[in-house]
Amino acid sequence: MQSKQVYVGVDIGSSRTKVAVLDADKKFIGRAILHSGTDFGGTAEVCLESALKMADASTYDIIKTISTGYGRKNVSFSNDTKTEIACHSAGCYYYFPEAITVIDIGGQDNKIIKIDKNGRRINFKMNRKCAAGTGAFLEEMSMRLNIPLEDMNDLASQSTDMVKLGSFCTVFSATEVLENIRHGKKVPDIVKGLFYSVIKRVLEMDSLTDNVVMTGGVVAHNLYLVSMTEEILKRKILVPEYPQFTGAIGAALFAMQE
Amino acid sequence: MAEEKKVARKKLRTAEAMGKFMADYYYELDNAAKTGEKKIAWCTSVGPAEILRAMGFLVYFPETHSAMLGSSRMATDYIPYANALDYSPEVCSYMTADIGAFLQGVTPLSKAFPGIQSIPKPDVLVFNTNQCRDVRDWFSWFARRFNVPIVGVDGNRHVKVVTDTIVESNAKQMENLIPPLEKVIGKKFDIDKLREAVALSRKCSNLWKDILEVASVKPSPLTFFDGCTLMGPAVVARGTQPAVDIYEQLLEEMKERVKDKEGAVENEKFRIYWDGMPVWGRLRAHSELFAGLNANVLASTYCSSWIFTALDPAEPFKSMARAYSELFNSRSDEYKEEYIKEKIKLYGIDGIIFHDAKTCPYNTNCRYGMSKRLENETGIPSLIINGDLNDLRLVSDEQMKTNVEAFIEQLAENK
Repeated sequence: MQSKQVYVGVDIGSSRTKVAVLDADKKFIGRAILHSGTDFGGTAEVCLESALKMADASTYDIIKTISTGYGRKNVSFSNDTKTEIACHSAGCYYYFPEAITVIDIGGQDNKIIKIDKNGRRINFKMNRKCAAGTGAFLEEMSMRLNIPLEDMNDLASQSTDMVKLGSFCTVFSATEVLENIRHGKKVPDIVKGLFYSVIKRVLEMDSLTDNVVMTGGVVAHNLYLVSMTEEILKRKILVPEYPQFTGAIGAALFAMQE
Repeated sequence: MAEEKKVARKKLRTAEAMGKFMADYYYELDNAAKTGEKKIAWCTSVGPAEILRAMGFLVYFPETHSAMLGSSRMATDYIPYANALDYSPEVCSYMTADIGAFLQGVTPLSKAFPGIQSIPKPDVLVFNTNQCRDVRDWFSWFARRFNVPIVGVDGNRHVKVVTDTIVESNAKQMENLIPPLEKVIGKKFDIDKLREAVALSRKCSNLWKDILEVASVKPSPLTFFDGCTLMGPAVVARGTQPAVDIYEQLLEEMKERVKDKEGAVENEKFRIYWDGMPVWGRLRAHSELFAGLNANVLASTYCSSWIFTALDPAEPFKSMARAYSELFNSRSDEYKEEYIKEKIKLYGIDGIIFHDAKTCPYNTNCRYGMSKRLENETGIPSLIINGDLNDLRLVSDEQMKTNVEAFIEQLAENK
């Protein structure tokens, strides 16, 4: 078998670990995703193995690996680290090489990153120390409503009379949800209200430029959030092919650069 | 594995003398509290300390004590005791930490200075609300607790221009402090002694300004984090000769560093301005975080708050009134923005960090759009970090790290 040259990006998020493999032509040829769990390094290794398998490559083919995300310093096979802000920027610019605002909705944090037409970051913002508007908020609510997380997207899209939730706070929102249940509101209407709350919290973080890209696990699994955002912003939102992998792809692109 | 970089911090020679200086200061207070030989006045950090010194009081500053509660990471354990008395977790964590620690009978002074068991009991408390309302609430709690008099100055806030009217009003309030203070100390006020204290305070202020401005040299021999501990004498001993002496020594050392081109941070690549309070419990961690990224946080509005260029012994009351009204903290956003723009130029700043301290709205300047306005006007990028001065329940280390690393990456990409 002819040896390939591959570049690896590892994104250890608070919720999921993602590995992306790019070939020398920047083609995204391998990927894997798992719960980050409690052994970040171990999870990254398992992901690497399956991403390389998908790419039909071996560890000997790796030219360089860059890690990112909360667990970026825990990856034994990584050569260097970059922040998730840098990697999401690079990953989104890889898909949309133009001036963009990236909205990344992750398990524990949200980011809004502005990138100019040359791919340079102009500025960025992360959410405050609060679950509002993050995946953690939806996870908490799915537990309270006893609805599997993966069913929320379909439920929200069935809503005919969305419930409005006004609070910033996850605990206060939970109280509002209980109040709506008590008043006999339908579950799809409550779930759509939860989605709306996530979007509002994120959009409150910063102003947006013309082209908006949405990424992250919450977006990947709940594409209805994107339609709702389009409705609120009255414009088309760009979504990369693998919204949960932009950080890992960005890291692999940095591996290629350096 | 991509490991965390270990950072060697360069120690200042004067730091040792500074330690002794602070020890002498607290032992003198402790002795006075135990023997009753001298009267003790508590004073807010930008209160009229010169008057108190001129009248013969020993002056204790609770804010410095609370900063010690913060830097020793004791504050977070004691804040809840004040919260339980309905002092909200969202009001000044200097105040809540100090009240909480007092209620529990603990002080970081005991560990730092063996033999000291408690903070020195006040004979009188003197505030100036130029910095915030919370200092008055804080002092009022202790005044009730100790059953001692409390007097003060209601300073002006959001001031664009310090007018003669403001100066006269504040000067009058300061003069009005004299009769109640004479009653406490049992001695007549002597204007010449006030002139002496004001002259010494001005000398201290000039030296402190020169020390801070040494950071304009590239590489800077000083960091903001050093400044946070080196400012001790400017806060607790302005108006005295020992404060002047130690700052003369420190300035000499700074000049030596400049001559030797010795930067405080190895291979300084980025020069950062810090607006707002430090996170006392993370002073070292933050110092290492920035140094590890070859970034020097070298100037701040906070450390510069103890520069009082208006002080003039010829007109002690009026000049004190002007000096304490000119405080950055009590000014309008328009003034503050011009001030920061000047500092950006003076220090050759690449980026600004705004600390949004949850419990200190008065010393947080990014809540009304200032960061965006300054970015637009100067082109210098800024980063807002969320945290607190003392309450570590409001601090996220991981978020801080990621934000700062990403900010420095951004500066590097655009350099």
